[in-house]
Amino acid sequence: MRHIISVMLENEAGALSRVAGLFSARGYNIESLTVAATNDETLSRMTIVSVGDDGIIEQIVKQLDKLIDVVKVTDLTATEHVERELLLVKIDVNPNTQADIDRQIDRFSGKIIDVSEDTYLVEVAGQSKKINEFLDSLDVSKILEVSRTGVTGVCQKREG
Amino acid sequence: MKLNGAQILVQSLKNEGVDLIFGYPGGAVLHIYDALDAQDDIKHILVRHEQGATHAADGYARTSGKTGVVLVTSGPGITNAVTGIATAHMDSIPMVVISGQVPSALIGNDAFQEVDAVGITRSCVKHNFLIKDINQISSTIKKAFHIASTGRPGPVLIDIPKDITIEQIDEPAYADAINMRSYQPVVDAEPEKITKAAELILSAKQPIIYAGGGCVIGNADQELREFTRELGFPITLTLMGLGAYPAKDELFIGMLGMHGTYEANMSMHDSDCVIAVGARFDDRITANISKFCPTAKIIHIDIDPSSIGKNVAVDVPLVGEVKSVLQDLIQALKGKKTADISAWWSQINEWRSIDSLAYQTKEGVIKPQTVIETLYEVTKGEAIVTSDVGQHQMWAAQYYHFNEPRRWINSGGLGTMGFGLPAAMGAKLADPDRDVACVTGEGSIQMMLQELSTMLQYNTPVKIINLNNGYLGMVRQWQEFFYEKRYAMSYMEALPDFVKLAESYGHIGIKVEKEADLKPALIEAFKLKDRTVFLDIITDPNENVFPMIPSGAGHNEMLLAGRDDMASTNDEGLNLV
Ligand SMILES: Cc1cc2nc3c(=O)[nH]c(=O)nc-3n(C[C@H](O)[C@H](O)[C@H](O)COP(=O)(O)OP(=O)(O)OC[C@H]3O[C@@H](n4cnc5c(N)ncnc54)[C@H](O)[C@@H]3O)c2cc1C
Ligand SMILES: Cc1ncc(C[n+]2csc(CCOP(=O)(O)OP(=O)(O)O)c2C)c(N)n1
Ligand SMILES: [Mg+2]
Repeated sequence: MRHIISVMLENEAGALSRVAGLFSARGYNIESLTVAATNDETLSRMTIVSVGDDGIIEQIVKQLDKLIDVVKVTDLTATEHVERELLLVKIDVNPNTQADIDRQIDRFSGKIIDVSEDTYLVEVAGQSKKINEFLDSLDVSKILEVSRTGVTGVCQKREG
Repeated sequence: MKLNGAQILVQSLKNEGVDLIFGYPGGAVLHIYDALDAQDDIKHILVRHEQGATHAADGYARTSGKTGVVLVTSGPGITNAVTGIATAHMDSIPMVVISGQVPSALIGNDAFQEVDAVGITRSCVKHNFLIKDINQISSTIKKAFHIASTGRPGPVLIDIPKDITIEQIDEPAYADAINMRSYQPVVDAEPEKITKAAELILSAKQPIIYAGGGCVIGNADQELREFTRELGFPITLTLMGLGAYPAKDELFIGMLGMHGTYEANMSMHDSDCVIAVGARFDDRITANISKFCPTAKIIHIDIDPSSIGKNVAVDVPLVGEVKSVLQDLIQALKGKKTADISAWWSQINEWRSIDSLAYQTKEGVIKPQTVIETLYEVTKGEAIVTSDVGQHQMWAAQYYHFNEPRRWINSGGLGTMGFGLPAAMGAKLADPDRDVACVTGEGSIQMMLQELSTMLQYNTPVKIINLNNGYLGMVRQWQEFFYEKRYAMSYMEALPDFVKLAESYGHIGIKVEKEADLKPALIEAFKLKDRTVFLDIITDPNENVFPMIPSGAGHNEMLLAGRDDMASTNDEGLNLV
């Protein structure tokens, strides 16, 4: 099953490679990993999406917790949470396809952030599932470039 | 007063109570060596190879319970040390390794003797640091010792660029205590879990205590004795746990696992309640995991939550220090009556009567088992025994009956050939009044021979018991069993004359070829209190380690000496190590 794991860690040099190294050394799978500063400048938040059975996810959580730089690990999937991902996609547009592409962008609440003679640069935010669906709605041959941020998430309760 | 970084580092080590360092100098650490030279509180042992430094510090730590300290230079200094760091990591041994680094301004430039020490060691340390500012030196040392020695212990590396060791600042205050929000090892298990474990223990009809290295590391041997005797349950120990419970005690049913006793493995297999105490269900002890303890409820005491449920599903997890958890359990069980386990004991004694460690002696050859039994006799079981890796290691574990903890020093998790000799030197430095024997093989000893020179310089007399079977015996045994006797590269030609070799290093060498000479030679060696003696003992080249669970098999599918001289395995087993 797919799990979203949120990790609060000391904002130390090398902390990111400790986490990445742990996943490769132990053969855990990473679907996406995002990391950035938080409101507390001594802490970073990392959000990892991984796939595995319950035993593996339990080990991932324990092994992350064991890293000395890690302050807190939460399996967001186990609680009420929101997840978001941002997509930037460059699309080939011509007068024949434009109307359909506009309709899809509208349907997925996307935003055109740049237009050139024959391309669109589009932004879509939402759950990964929604982003996948948006990409699926486009003609593959018209997708010129894709950049996704990977998932970030928080738990909905006051205390996460 | 102004101090430079090297002086602050040395002062911080003193503040941590360090009085012994194993190391080797080089460009990046010359300021530190200069600061060490200017003081007398910390003694430095100049090894002959950085791997030797880490194994010696490791042997020192395992013997004394203190944190071993190593100092090496950048580049090849730290890469040479990696094997010893990984060895300590696998067996949870407290160690602090300080490595020099190229000057800060050159980091990342492929400078002379630059390696990414933090990157290279990341997966084989408990934690590591790159010091970036002279003001971090003392706090980093404080953190490093705290992390290395608490919770589940392990090695910590501190990489320090050369420029930082010569910069100066006012002498910083040294913190008395430390609190890290991201590192808070648990001590006590949850009370409800203790109650649950106690209930399970009281209702068990076929219980077994399976205790490991955590009881040695956590200094819980007294609690383990009280707990076991209070219950009257059978107890088995892992290779790393030997000595945590006295081998001569009636309740001890021997080591378990691949080369464990028949009674220990059969009891694990048939048990209805396994109490794991500071042991990590390693693949050497579980054998085929799908056949492991099919009927048991499992209680697992471990300080590291990630050890629990990693290989085997656990019914009652008890996360905490073994010492404190055992005390809580003893308290919870006080005055309560356990189920009648006399039928279980009769069964175990029946398995015991098979005498799975019996072996055949043969006219004209020295059996390795006899050597260890004689060593036990001559040292009255009181010596510290270190070992290398191979058949000789298993025989030492099986036939030297350890009655006290911290007497059996070996590399279990990584299985590092070359560990035994430097570890013996470290053990002797930790406990100078006790006899130290290094049980080794002609293959292993050649991996760290150079430390014979260090041992002369610092006068650390140990007795080297070389079980010379002319083969990489453990490899030969597997090839005999599983590769139809195709002995690919397990026979070593052109062995040195070990007697002359020992002599050339300034030690005494004795060759033993006849069984009649064995005991007198051992007695003689141990009489030479102040000398390192190399006993080159020519043993049966064809002897195998029994009993054995071949890979892929279950605990109840053991091979016994004299009955199953040939083992076999299936494809699944061949893929395992
Ligand atoms: C050639 C060879 C053959 C081998 N054959 C065997 C064999 O037949 N049988 C065998 O048993 N081993 C064998 N081994 C060793 C094996 O590889 C493992 O090293 C060993 O089984 C692990 O022992 P352990 O479970 O006691 O764990 P250790 O590695 O000693 O780990 C200790 C456990 O206790 C925990 N712990 C540490 N401190 C504390 C504390 N204070 N409180 C609570 N918990 C704590 C740790 O978190 C860890 O989980 C062999 C090794 C070699 C090289
Ligand atoms: C550094 C290292 N390389 C290889 C091995 C694999 N190995 C395990 S036991 C062994 C043979 C050891 O031979 P020896 O020291 O003569 O001991 P014996 O088994 O003959 O008693 C080997 C090569 C190892 N454990 N460590
Ligand atoms: Mg050999």
